[in-house]
Parts: sequence; C-alpha cells; structure tokens
Amino acid sequence: MGYTFQGYRRPDGKFGSRNLVAVIPSVICANDVAQAICRQVQGTIGYFHHQGCCQLPSDLKRVTQVLLNLGLSPNVGAALIVSLGCEGTDHQRIYEEIKASGKPVEIIHIQELGGTSRAIQAGIDAAQSLVMQISGQQRETADISNVIMAIKCGGSDTTSGMASNCVVGYVADKLVDLGATVIFGETTEFLGGEHILAKRAVGGENGPVGKKIYEIVDRMEKRAKAIGEDMRGGQPTPGNIAGGLSSIEEKSLGAIVKSGHRPIQGVLEYTDRITDQKGLWIKDAPGREPEILTGMAATGAQFMMFSTGRGAPQGFASMPVIKVCGNPITYERMCHDMDLNAGRIITGEKSIEEVGEEAFAKVLNVLSGQMTKNEALSYFGSIDIFCLGPVI
Amino acid sequence: MNTIKLALKVDDLDNVATIFAENITDGTEVEIRDKKGNSELVHVIGNVPYGHKIAVRPIAAGEHIMKYGESIGGASRDIAKGEYVHIHNMKALRGRGDL
Repeated sequence: MGYTFQGYRRPDGKFGSRNLVAVIPSVICANDVAQAICRQVQGTIGYFHHQGCCQLPSDLKRVTQVLLNLGLSPNVGAALIVSLGCEGTDHQRIYEEIKASGKPVEIIHIQELGGTSRAIQAGIDAAQSLVMQISGQQRETADISNVIMAIKCGGSDTTSGMASNCVVGYVADKLVDLGATVIFGETTEFLGGEHILAKRAVGGENGPVGKKIYEIVDRMEKRAKAIGEDMRGGQPTPGNIAGGLSSIEEKSLGAIVKSGHRPIQGVLEYTDRITDQKGLWIKDAPGREPEILTGMAATGAQFMMFSTGRGAPQGFASMPVIKVCGNPITYERMCHDMDLNAGRIITGEKSIEEVGEEAFAKVLNVLSGQMTKNEALSYFGSIDIFCLGPVI
Repeated sequence: MNTIKLALKVDDLDNVATIFAENITDGTEVEIRDKKGNSELVHVIGNVPYGHKIAVRPIAAGEHIMKYGESIGGASRDIAKGEYVHIHNMKALRGRGDL
C-alpha cells in the first residue's frame, strides 16, 4: 500500500510538515529583538539559543552550521537572520547559504540599524514580507519515503522500555521498510549496549560504521573523564536493580529498543544534515532535550516521536514532537501534554502492534498538518545548541 | 486500574517477560502477552515485584537471558518456566554495578 502525506515542497526536493518563517538570532545578544519580532508577526517562530559569542573557534563554527541547518530544514519556508553585528558566528554565511538553497531570506543588523527599537521595526517589516511570500504555498502529496523522523525518550520510567519505546521502535521499523529515514541519538544511553548497536551496523561490528559507534561512545566517556567523572562505573545503579534491571545491557536496551531492529546505516555528527540518506541513522547528540531537539530539527527531521513515562512536556518550535506515553497513570494525569497512550499496553487493553499502528496513523496526520499537543500550547521556548568547549 | 495480571514479552526471541502487576507472589497465575497480543497463562515461581522479570520457558544454566530480542546476560543456574529472573539466577556478561 502506498502511504503518503501532505507536505510543503522545498527547492531541494524535500517536503516540510510545516511552513514557517524562522527568525534566527545569530547570537544570544540578538534574542530580545528576535522575540519582539516573533511576538508581532504570525507565522514566525524563533530559535532563542544561548550561543554565538565568546566561544572557541570550533564551537563558533558549530553554532554557525547548526543555525544554518535550521534555516535549511524542510519545515522552514523562509528565514530572517537577526544579527547584532559584533558576534562570533558567521551570520553572512548563514544568509548566503539559505539564499543559495532557493528560500526567501532577509538579514538585519541591530548595531547598524541604530539599536533595539529600530531593529525591531525593520525586523517586523522583513518578517511580515516573508510571511506574505510563503503563506500561500499549498501542500502537495508526498510519498512516505520522503519522511525524516527523529526519535528520543525522556522522563523515562519502568514502562518506557516495555511500552512506549517498543511503539516508537515499531514505527521506526515500518518507516525504514517503506524507504524513509529515521534518526536516533542520545549517545549517553548507548553505554553498555554499544556492542549490540555496533553489531547492527551495516558492515558489522568491525566495519567503519560499527567502529564509529564505539568511537562516539568512547569520546563521550572521555569528555566526562576529562572533568573527573566515570560514567560507566556503578551501572546499573542499586536503584535500577531494585526496579528490576539485572544488567547494564538490559538498561541500555530499554532505551535502544526505540530505534527498532533495522540495520544502522551510519553515524551523523551533530552538525550533519540529512541530504539523501535513507534507512536508520545515529546522530551523535546528548540526551538533554534542548540540545537534542535542536540537533534533530537541524538535521532536517520533519517531526519527532518522543517516548516518555513520567511525562516530559516540551516540544520544538519548527519540529512537531509527538509524545508517546507508556505509563497509563501519567497519560491520564497529563493528557493535555501526551499525544498517544501506550499505557494501554501495560493495562493489557492493547498490544504493542495495535498501538504501533495507531502511532503510525498519528504520524501521517501530524506530517499533513495536525498539531501535536506541545505545538498547540507553544511549549517550545527553551532550546540550545550542543557545544563542546568552554565559554570564554 | 486493570485486573489482568500482565507479564509482557516484547520480542519473539525473548525468554523472559516483565511483570506489570502488584502483589505477584509464589503461585500467582499471570498472563504472558506478546507484541501481537497473544496470551498464555503461567504460574509464577517466587515473589516478583512490579517491573521485574519471569522466565517464559525453561532456561538452562549458561543459556542467554533474552529480552528485547537481545542477550541481557546468562543464566547462572537452571531456571524453570514462570520463575523469577533477576541477579540471583542470572549474571550480566558485561559487568554489574553492585559487585
């Protein structure tokens, strides 16, 4: 059966699930101006991150690349760069490369325009003009193979590994089998299960992809060791054992199961985008929400499936986040934040496959325009870019 | 909330299932469900807390304990069908935090 969704076709051939004007501050110091523009102009969203100045050159390059990637992501139809003027990021490069991609783009400079109020005025005019240019675009039918799904779990509990993560894994396998792209990250959670992931790599454990999986876990552990912390010691914790986890493999697998069972095609760096890659991919990103949600949106994901047990509410401004809740009690208590009730697996009302099919139907609806609950509530104000070096 | 005494088995290769019910004591009958919803009744051996595991078939000493379709450790002795499986009768093959 040929599954399709209704998406916005972009100049690079990708399809967006949303058609937004992204207001991109090139540095934290431009956030207030960007916020004022977003408040005034409907159809805009902002990326209010905390980077872009007083960082090492490699991190400034990283921030520039991630902001550029956000502008290039398929859910963004046009972009307004809000620059201060003296920041460390390359705001001109962001502008030029988004322009080269064929999307409408504008840039304003706060210092050059004469300060906050004048920049806000110029920014509102520019953003309004961009909204007028793109808001008439119609959705078109797109084949399911155009889907790029990101996955994550957060606020996990005993139900996550057995219910919600299994549902997400079911959807991941189905999408991969239909020729789509699926990306998962949270390198920290691979600890103890990296050998299982490496064996799932194309080319096996000793091939380049398998080796890369070991490498990203190792470098994450080394970063922790550099500040005197050992992440592997004491896993699973006495609390995990009391909760029923018997080994570190079991703990890691509970998280890894959300990636499904298909072969892993490769590893993407935090600054990499999906161009034409298909199948299941790993993104080297930490598990904390602001950094991984930003990273996944910048990779080009049109939406994210987010598994939770205790009830994590947050979404992302330009990437709908579908919350799959494994805990039936949490779902009842937080039904205005949770999109899907995988808790019915725990109560015995539904099987994993039945909820998996419901989740797949939800995915097609959200891709075609239905809002997720966090999206309707605008619960996406806190974002950030994952940097490696010190702030100067 | 529910009256089913559920033991969930999420992958066809698994030889353990996870209990999602309270007050599961020695001899309690629980319902093992797989991902398709197929069920089988089994009597539990041992007192099994919420979120802990039981064997869904006999497991010989040295055999892998399979969950999520992967090995999560090895059986340190023979384990009967329905028996509580945890650190007393399985050993992690890649280290355990409390040792």
